[in-house]
Amino acid sequence: MTTDTTQGTAPDAAVPGATVLDARGVTMRFGGLTAVRGVDLTVGAGEIVGLIGPNGAGKTTFFNCLTGLYVPTEGEVRYRGTVLPPKSFKVTAAGIARTFQNIRLFANMTVLENVLVGRHTRTKEGFWSAVLRGPGFHRAERASRERAMELLDFVGLAAKADHLARNLPYGEQRKLEIARALASEPGLLLLDEPTAGMNPQETRTTEELVFAIRDMGIAVLVIEHDMRFIFNLCDRVAVLVQGEKLIEGDSATVQGDERVIAAYLGEPIENAPGKENDR
Amino acid sequence: MTTQTTAPDTPGARKADATGGLLPLPEKAARALALGGSVLTALSTFLAWTWTADFPGDLTVYGYPGGLQVLVLVGALLATLVALASYGLKGLRWLVPAGADPALRLATLAVFTTSWYTVLAISADLGGLVNLEPGGFLVALASLAALAGALSLPFRRPEPDPADPDDTGWAKTRHGLAHAWATTKAVFAADSPRPVRALPPYAEILIIVGVLALGLTVFTYGIGTEYDEQFIGFLITAGLGFAALNKAGLISHASQITARHQNITTCGAFVAAALFPFTQTDDQYATLGVYILIFATVALGLNIVVGLAGLLDLGYVAFLGVGAYAAALVSGSPSSPFDVHFPFWAAVLVGAAASLVFGVLIGAPTLRLRGDYLAIVTLGFGEIFRITANNLDGTSGPDITNGSNGVSSIPNLDVLGFDFGAQHDLGGYTIGRFANYFFLMLVITAVVVLVFRRSGNSRIGRAWVAIREDETAALAMGINGFRVKLIAFAVGACLAGLAGTVQAHVTYTVTPEQYLFAGPIPPNSAFLLAAVVLGGMGTISGPLIGAALLFLIPNKLQFLGNYQLFAFGVALILLMRFRPEGLIPNRRRQLEFHEDAEAPTLLTKAGA
Repeated sequence: MTTDTTQGTAPDAAVPGATVLDARGVTMRFGGLTAVRGVDLTVGAGEIVGLIGPNGAGKTTFFNCLTGLYVPTEGEVRYRGTVLPPKSFKVTAAGIARTFQNIRLFANMTVLENVLVGRHTRTKEGFWSAVLRGPGFHRAERASRERAMELLDFVGLAAKADHLARNLPYGEQRKLEIARALASEPGLLLLDEPTAGMNPQETRTTEELVFAIRDMGIAVLVIEHDMRFIFNLCDRVAVLVQGEKLIEGDSATVQGDERVIAAYLGEPIENAPGKENDR
Repeated sequence: MTTQTTAPDTPGARKADATGGLLPLPEKAARALALGGSVLTALSTFLAWTWTADFPGDLTVYGYPGGLQVLVLVGALLATLVALASYGLKGLRWLVPAGADPALRLATLAVFTTSWYTVLAISADLGGLVNLEPGGFLVALASLAALAGALSLPFRRPEPDPADPDDTGWAKTRHGLAHAWATTKAVFAADSPRPVRALPPYAEILIIVGVLALGLTVFTYGIGTEYDEQFIGFLITAGLGFAALNKAGLISHASQITARHQNITTCGAFVAAALFPFTQTDDQYATLGVYILIFATVALGLNIVVGLAGLLDLGYVAFLGVGAYAAALVSGSPSSPFDVHFPFWAAVLVGAAASLVFGVLIGAPTLRLRGDYLAIVTLGFGEIFRITANNLDGTSGPDITNGSNGVSSIPNLDVLGFDFGAQHDLGGYTIGRFANYFFLMLVITAVVVLVFRRSGNSRIGRAWVAIREDETAALAMGINGFRVKLIAFAVGACLAGLAGTVQAHVTYTVTPEQYLFAGPIPPNSAFLLAAVVLGGMGTISGPLIGAALLFLIPNKLQFLGNYQLFAFGVALILLMRFRPEGLIPNRRRQLEFHEDAEAPTLLTKAGA
């Protein structure tokens, strides 16, 4: 809570090429099992980077290393030049927000409250301020609510602000999770399988949403299994296989790489992965 | 469930059956019977039910009802009103916004149960039916007729699941029972109430005043019941009557109106509570009042820890103990090793601060644990406090707490020349010692309510709820989980300590045995937790009502003796089975029900 002033509200997205995230040689071992081995990854400002790989390739583990849920056994992760602290709430305060593969909303809070929780790092009102309710408290609370409503408007959930999060349909829960992450005013947004379980229509909406987020100046790193989604979306794609980075490059390079096809399908056959979802 | 109850497209014969009543009476006759029975029951309370005054409450008098008769009369009047409303009388439509029939069934059930309980109690107490006067027989018959009438009213029968023809014996019985249960639920199932029409503000405030006055009357009556039969009758009438009003939709209307005027309701509730001592002629029931208030306040403090932050604390009563001991030690009591006599405000600060420190000391190492582990560790620390207080007696350790004898002869408070130990005359009313403390405790309760409400609806409160809902996600949202949980723990401890400072003065003596984990006398940790769960986690009124019930019921049902805790356990299990959200459901849960009002949840929950 003391670190919450380090990042300003407006990420300096206008500078293309500035590195937002820089992971170097990240290795994560659980006992004898090496889940992630020496992965390097950089994300530049205003970039959408995809991370793909078969199930069990270590994508989510790598994500957890980036967000402080795990402390990498080796290597370091820098966000805008500073090494990330090993606590997930400090990582969020530094400016990296994430969503979860299996949706983790606060189910019994309203939609608006969920987003307000996301504002936690950008507000400072503590216990005494809440009990005494000075003018500063009301001002901050009002500002938070306005910002939260803006974000709900942005993802198209403003009309459902007073609903309980658990009562939202699946696709809207995903959107709410993104809005909640955006509320912490991140410079980098990590999306863990944002379109899992969605129909093509919803996937397309999510795609537009991610582009809109990028246009806000927020860099995006996304894990996904839906190849069409990822190749449409991403400026660069990295492929993780058995904990190691196989290849990194633009969609065409990755799509055409035989090793990637082999990793997914076993051997090259006529079905290109772009036509087929992996599951 | 819903699909079963929406008029099934089956042949005519079955359709008629599907909307028939539980008993085979034509609808008009049934309604008339319910109304007539209710009126007759009301009238019969003016007759003598028994010939001797041996049965408590004096039911021998013609002309005016007494004792249990009053309860029957109240129930019967309610049933009569609902029955009239079920005819669609213009002026009474507001009474049953969710439909009259389910409410009528419950109201007549309330009357029936109370009057039959009375009649049976008379017969059992005095030995035989001969002790009944004609009035007694009349009330039994009339209330039975009313109930029979109400049960004959048509309702939407659930369609039976087709039984598996291969089923034999036990499986068949079980299937039959399941259907009977579904039917029973359908008998009392109510529709969702009409939305409240917007009334002018003054009218809504008048309604709130009326609701609060009713609440005060019911509470005062319950606290003032003088004998077991009266209290049991009170529980039956109040419980079923409340259920009837609930089915009628009035409770939901009232809660919507109070929700619109939250501040007025809160202030009004405190005014109503402050009026309580004036309704009492002697200090006996004010004693109950102040103990209830202490218990309820501590339960509300625990609700911050358990209900908001989701930290299961099984040793919470220790914080009450720390506050009480701290206040007792600086109170100038002769058995305190410290020869100091702090003024009250300083004692309050010392007590609250001691509890706060104790809370942080316990919280800092234990709050890294989650769930069950935390519960066990807090349980351990609660016992450590009690045993330590027991041992700091000069022989096993330094002489601080005077061991198991405790700190005794704590002097009465004297704030600004107002002696809490003496009687005061206030506008013709005599306010005794306990009533004085009642007022003081009310102020403390107000502070706790204020802290709960304001902190709950703020950044820190949302962080608490987020931690409770999903700690990993909360951390990923930038919430410093440990710090936020420690704040919840410390605030809860501090509020309990605040209540403890008053408790020390009310009880004269502070001993370690007052702060057990579980025991027959509240407050102890188990009862505190039960009050929170029973009343409704995360609400303000829930723990207050839960604590009042949990204090009053064991206190009034002394005759249960050793079976008190057993009965209490059974009651708690039943409650968890049929109303897991507690008596007062949380706002979030209400929203949950509100949103899918047409969805299946309503029917399944409405039966409970």
